[in-house]
Amino acid sequence: MSVLIIIDAAEGSIKKSAFEALSYGADLAAQLGVTATGVALGKTEGDLSALGQYGVNKIVQVNGDQARSDDPSVLASLLTALVTREQATVVVFSHSLAGKAIAPLLSAKCKAGLVTGAVGLPTTENGFVVKRSVFSGKAFAHVRIDSALKLISINPNSYKINTGGSAATVESVLLTAAAPRITITKKQKSSNELLLTEAETVVSAGRGMKGPENWGMIEELANVMGAATACSRPVADAHWRPHNEHVGQTGIAIAPTLYIAIGISGAIQHLAGVNRSKVIVVINKDPEAPFFKAADYGIVGDAFEVVPAFTAAVKKLKGV
Amino acid sequence: MKILVCISKTPDTTAKIAFTDNNTKFDTAGVQWIINPYDEWYALVRAIEIKESKPDTVLHLATVGVADADPIIRKALALGGDEAFRINLDGADSFQVAFQLAQLIAKGGYDLILTGKETIDFNGSSLGGLIAGINDLPYISLATKLDIADAKAIVTREIEGGEEVCEVNFPVVVSAQKGMAEARIPNMRGIMAARTKPLTVVEPVTQEPLTSVTAFELPPAKAGVKLIAPDQVEELVRLLNQEAKVL
Ligand SMILES: Cc1cc2nc3c(=O)[nH]c(=O)nc-3n(C[C@H](O)[C@H](O)[C@H](O)COP(=O)(O)OP(=O)(O)OC[C@H]3O[C@@H](n4cnc5c(N)ncnc54)[C@H](O)[C@@H]3O)c2cc1C
Ligand SMILES: Nc1ncnc2c1ncn2[C@@H]1O[C@H](COP(=O)(O)O)[C@@H](O)[C@H]1O
Repeated sequence: MSVLIIIDAAEGSIKKSAFEALSYGADLAAQLGVTATGVALGKTEGDLSALGQYGVNKIVQVNGDQARSDDPSVLASLLTALVTREQATVVVFSHSLAGKAIAPLLSAKCKAGLVTGAVGLPTTENGFVVKRSVFSGKAFAHVRIDSALKLISINPNSYKINTGGSAATVESVLLTAAAPRITITKKQKSSNELLLTEAETVVSAGRGMKGPENWGMIEELANVMGAATACSRPVADAHWRPHNEHVGQTGIAIAPTLYIAIGISGAIQHLAGVNRSKVIVVINKDPEAPFFKAADYGIVGDAFEVVPAFTAAVKKLKGV
Repeated sequence: MKILVCISKTPDTTAKIAFTDNNTKFDTAGVQWIINPYDEWYALVRAIEIKESKPDTVLHLATVGVADADPIIRKALALGGDEAFRINLDGADSFQVAFQLAQLIAKGGYDLILTGKETIDFNGSSLGGLIAGINDLPYISLATKLDIADAKAIVTREIEGGEEVCEVNFPVVVSAQKGMAEARIPNMRGIMAARTKPLTVVEPVTQEPLTSVTAFELPPAKAGVKLIAPDQVEELVRLLNQEAKVL
């Protein structure tokens, strides 16, 4: 019996969310007394046995063209076969773009209960119960999975990454599935910038910045902090910033270690996308801005003065 | 061309989140209900645009819910669409809900099935994939653009750090997110027309749920903000570095 962990990789490079999922799956397997097996679909960069450091015993590398397919149904079929082969009782995904596409397809194919957006390990005293985020981070639900096979996809930045495990054994398998039905005609990389959902630190700004011409100071602060940039919805709607920076209820939901909100009022729909951040810093000239209620640290002041001083202070701290 | 848009009812984005019955039920007292924004702004509006450009398109809406969902589905019909179905079930989990819609879709012969990216209350982001999996249809998730050409769907979907354009034959399930269309406001004519559009109540088929919510929980309240004077930014940086240890 085993816990399978689907390794999230973009263009062959393994993502941080995969390290979290591997750690989660390894800890869950230990709890259940079964094997923790990572699953790499298609070619991945680097030495797979090194993934043992996150606590998994074994890595299954699925070879063949289909393992690299762009059609999530093909990947779900491969995983269906793998579930049987590895006698899996639980499959762990990252609640990422790939996980959101594949996990529900596998759930339907195997009639396996799926909990998405999980934020902690299951408890097993009263059935198999997983804690997940609901109401856009404003609450949690404890969800019991009643099917024999259980699927969990975990929220990014919600599980501590293990260290110090020993090398995993690596096994290659070749599996086949039905032909893909989706054809990719064009791929566009929007940028090589840090992925917002993976970033430890996010510097975000809103309408208080007055116009796109003032984003230089936001980018500079983000730069010295090694942070990703984000924005509020009206900023993206007005095309001051690209759409993929829009965080909140209708944009991206993030959970960085540090979220710095500059000139953002803190509307409930904005908070819905950022309230899982560990530490929130708010810079706003209005002491009544609702964001201060959700913040850990705040400065009531003019962004145009505070931000350059912030950048200078971080530079000083880092000695650059 | 026959399109089905899956519509869900969610609490208004500003609704107070609280629970009753020993934290096992969402407290609906005083809650305003809306069409899930992703379903309304992106999936439905794009479907209406397609129908506007190809008037022979048949556009149906469907929801799984009890009678209190009727005002929401009427509101959706006021934006556009020819008729609606309400599958009369208070769905216990996504699989049970998807199974209902999958039966309706199998019978209805739809070419294009649209869902929103996720519901803003349960945030499952799984219903489209479940429907596709149950009916063995191709699935394109988190689409930002959708066009129809040569009896195919041309769909742009989000990938890590970018986008890709996919082509797929019908029938297909697509989940819609921001970018696909711009929100619209229903006009008086639409509201009047919606009153007479057919809304058929369909009895559910038997399917046990695979999961159930045992309890809800609210996150612990924040300790309160620590304010730093605007001319003390270095102190903020020190606190982030030494107290919060996040810098
Ligand atoms: C269904 C729905 C979904 C939504 N989804 C989202 C979403 O996903 N994300 C989102 O962000 N919004 C969303 N919104 C919109 C949201 O309600 C707010 O309107 C929006 O977040 C406000 O953006 P803002 O804070 O940038 O602008 P404003 O509310 O205009 O706030 C600007 C802030 O900047 C401050 N300021 C001004 N000048 C300065 C200065 N010089 N220095 C410092 N501070 C200054 C002001 O005091 C003010 O607090 C949604 C709304 C609805 C109805
Ligand atoms: N009860 C329902 N009836 C009809 N469609 C639904 C229902 N619940 C969810 N959906 C659709 O599925 C999408 C994703 O929902 P979810 O997977 O629950 O986050 C929503 O945006 C709707 O389009």
